[in-house]
Amino acid sequence: MSLSIDDVQRIAKLARIRVNEAEAAGYQTQLNGIFGLIEAMQAVDTTGVEPMSHAQDLSQRLRADAVTEPDRRQAFQAVAPQTEDGLYLVPKVIE
Amino acid sequence: MTHTLRSLSTLLADGKASSVELCRDYLARIQALNPTLNAFITVDADRTLAEAAAADARRAAGQAGPLTGVPVAHKDIFCAEGWLTTCGSKILANFVSPYDAHVIEQFKAAGMPTLGKTNMDEFAMGSSNETSFFGPVKNPWDTARVPGGSSGGSAACVAAGLAPAATGTDTGGSIRQPAALCGITGLKPTYGVVSRYGMIAFASSLDQGGPMGRTAEDCAWLLNVMAGFDVRDSTSLERVKEDYTRDLTKPLAGLRIGLPREFFGEGLSGDTARAVEAAIDQYRKLGAETVEVGLPNSRLSVAAYYVLAPAEASSNLSRFDGVRYGYRTPEYRDLTDMYEKTRAEGFGAEVKRRIMIGTYVLSHGYYDAYYIQAQRLRRLIANDFAEAFRQCDVILGPTAPTTAFRLGEKADDPVQMYLSDIYTIAVNLAGLPGMSLPCGFDGQGLPIGLQLIGNYFAEAKMLNVAHQFQLATDWHARAPQGI
Repeated sequence: MSLSIDDVQRIAKLARIRVNEAEAAGYQTQLNGIFGLIEAMQAVDTTGVEPMSHAQDLSQRLRADAVTEPDRRQAFQAVAPQTEDGLYLVPKVIE
Repeated sequence: MTHTLRSLSTLLADGKASSVELCRDYLARIQALNPTLNAFITVDADRTLAEAAAADARRAAGQAGPLTGVPVAHKDIFCAEGWLTTCGSKILANFVSPYDAHVIEQFKAAGMPTLGKTNMDEFAMGSSNETSFFGPVKNPWDTARVPGGSSGGSAACVAAGLAPAATGTDTGGSIRQPAALCGITGLKPTYGVVSRYGMIAFASSLDQGGPMGRTAEDCAWLLNVMAGFDVRDSTSLERVKEDYTRDLTKPLAGLRIGLPREFFGEGLSGDTARAVEAAIDQYRKLGAETVEVGLPNSRLSVAAYYVLAPAEASSNLSRFDGVRYGYRTPEYRDLTDMYEKTRAEGFGAEVKRRIMIGTYVLSHGYYDAYYIQAQRLRRLIANDFAEAFRQCDVILGPTAPTTAFRLGEKADDPVQMYLSDIYTIAVNLAGLPGMSLPCGFDGQGLPIGLQLIGNYFAEAKMLNVAHQFQLATDWHARAPQGI
């Protein structure tokens, strides 16, 4: 397989990363190189092999439905780019 | 400054040095040499000395543990309250962590002051430390060469004696490969042994923190501090606390060492092959037997890894959007424009490449062909190891195919860079413990690393196997000249 410039732009859009035309050509070459490496996978017949997501086949732990976190809003919002009255500010999304 | 943790512990216990004095010595060395090596992103002498004074007070009160007052450097991937925590990225270049990682809490509980935060590849994505926003780290053995990565700052600072020991993380080889290239000892534990809480996530099913030190014994002491169950990491394993030093002194007679034939073939440099062969001879002298084993699917580990790790990274790194922390682009029209510009300006090229690969393999219509296929290969790779461990106690081979390469040599060729981790990645995919220890030098005086791979939870056994080698050899005691 081989990615086109349009594919690169579509992926960049999905990933929310702005890629200009000049950069897109560079990414196209590099990503196709990496996919060349990845394609080696496709030669292996894995019929019947159970996919492995984790080394230890764990199930998620459950805990009691109780509040365990202290309120540290001020400390956590101190590192945010823009806040007001305890809220995170972003550009308006609803007119 | 080539002290082991044991010698520093003894100095402190005997009252021959205080923690404040030790920290002053290391900070002076950092100040003198870091401009050359660039191993640290952040040094905060006042904070370090305050922690050291607290450790001395604790000792005076009769409440010191074995490592209280011994300073350590932390990879800048571990959130540490009040410390700048950048993960080597512009997008976190202004992030002062409001909380401690579990690993940092453990070091605080042990009374070990932080010497600083070490440089690393951006978001731990790299094998040379050249992807750091804060510039590359230089290898103390030859400053025209890379230290390896991604824990390159940690490896370089220990090798150069800027810190007695350091923490690292290993997703595809990021503790073992820089340990090999810098001539130190490093261990990646079994997945789930060290908590990932507060360790900035790259590929969550592979990431594992671990110790980097001069010797296997140092790594055992550090792992005693780092390991432990933590409810805040959903994959942390609930196990009885171990003493990783317990088997260090056991003799190796009768040990069965597995030699995977796939690790000694094409692509391995001659000097590295010879050094590893000599190490095998040394182990035979120590009473070990060797058996050839096969890891036939390990040749596919790099391919499977470059699907799974970027897929998980693309999801983990979606949190960096300029809203809750870190960098935000100064000018934007609307929300999407803000996200796209923030991420374009905040991430470096390698991180963007991996996010895009991950986004693609998880996108509609490609998920089964890439992601599920890679997870199936992961199972086959893990099965190979399970089969091999029926015939041997530990697996031994090279850590990296070559010694340290030149800065810039592979920087523009991602695929060549990825192949630096060809012997380490399979271990992460299987979730096994692996370590690297020094076993010789090449013709140019650059260190060579020997890799040991153990079965699940065999850390104490591996540290025993490494320690016995270090009692019989002095490769780990060599230090770079002129640094």
